[in-house]
Amino acid sequence: MVIVDARGLSCPEPVVMTRKAMMDKQAKYQVLVDNLASKENVTRYAQHQGYTVQVEETGGEYTLTLTRA
Amino acid sequence: MDLKKEKITIVIAGLIIGVIAAALVFFGNPVNMGFCIACFLRDTAGALGLHRAGAVQYIRPEIIGLVLGSFAMALAKKEFSARGGSAPLTRFVLGFFVMIGCLMFLGCPFRMILRLAGGDLNALLGLAGFVAGILVGVVFLNRGYSLGRTFKQPVLEGAAFPAVQVVMLVLLVAAPAFIFFSEAGAGPGALHAPILISLIAGLVVGALAQRTRLCMVGGIRDMALFRESKLLLGFVAIFASALVCNLILSAVTGEAYFNLGFEGQPVAHTDGVWNFLGMLLAGFGCVLLGGCPLRQLVLAGEGNSDSAVAVLGLIAGAAFAHNFGLASSGTGSTPAGQLAVIIGIVVVAVIACVNTFRKNA
Repeated sequence: MVIVDARGLSCPEPVVMTRKAMMDKQAKYQVLVDNLASKENVTRYAQHQGYTVQVEETGGEYTLTLTRA
Repeated sequence: MDLKKEKITIVIAGLIIGVIAAALVFFGNPVNMGFCIACFLRDTAGALGLHRAGAVQYIRPEIIGLVLGSFAMALAKKEFSARGGSAPLTRFVLGFFVMIGCLMFLGCPFRMILRLAGGDLNALLGLAGFVAGILVGVVFLNRGYSLGRTFKQPVLEGAAFPAVQVVMLVLLVAAPAFIFFSEAGAGPGALHAPILISLIAGLVVGALAQRTRLCMVGGIRDMALFRESKLLLGFVAIFASALVCNLILSAVTGEAYFNLGFEGQPVAHTDGVWNFLGMLLAGFGCVLLGGCPLRQLVLAGEGNSDSAVAVLGLIAGAAFAHNFGLASSGTGSTPAGQLAVIIGIVVVAVIACVNTFRKNA
């Protein structure tokens, strides 16, 4: 599974990175972010692209698992 | 929060902010200047004596309120987080030149919307430049532009900027002799709503902007990058709401809250090319900063010390602009200001290139 590490980065960089990673159209991705705005933005973008998003929070960091619906 | 709810929330927030902006003018702020982050930071810089332009010296409570409103909302939502360390000096320089661009145009992106809502068509050229600057920035974002990661910082690093705002409030209310205040009739700095009203307006807008991530640059940027309209909706809602309020206020009071045209606009000039280039610089610089001046204040309130440094850059830019005759006035731009804008565009372009094409760093 492709992992996009966008921790410490702020919008729109995490979304740009996610979009770039998604170009190879895999079924599943993991995106790591550490602020709420990035979490919201990546989630929104992934949903637009037809992925479902599962979020796990640990100590202020978010692991977003994107699965093609 | 699902997308539909996010969009409804930001539209409602935008409508409220438009009303507040128009109301601030009714209560005493300069026309089309219910909010202007660039102008207000410039006024605050003047009040502290960082520049000596007597027409624009006043500690603007709206700025204090915006930071503290964001701070309070971030605390309440457990989003306050002290962070920093992502190219602070570069951000200072970007903030500096964003201010040079804004003071060429005479307004930040927020005031640009309010000027449009007041019928000031010069702002259309500003808007065109702003969009152009953002699109140039987006080209770099698409190629991997980044100022690098932020890191967690001690709480003090994140809380210092909000704490400074409390000090500013004390200075404003106590008005000691070393703080400068524009004298009545001296210019825009002498026009302001009562302190309490300005402060509350700032607090409310700061809290709303924190919740909704409202950003004047983000709207156009996200539309260009991802066809994502959420932030743009906030931008449009502010315009619509302020426009309607201006029309109502004009009808009710008989004063000119709305005056369609290019000539004779309040705190504005008709130098179209430089309105365009000033906002091009502002838009380009703001994309590289990750948000407009309002967003920088809000992020600084959330504990982001990089954004606080960007605000310090904005303040330094304002001080330079008035100390060295770079800022425009109602009569137009200055040759020194034009040169500064050109230098700014070059510097910002270099920053964009260096941070896009230095990969593997």
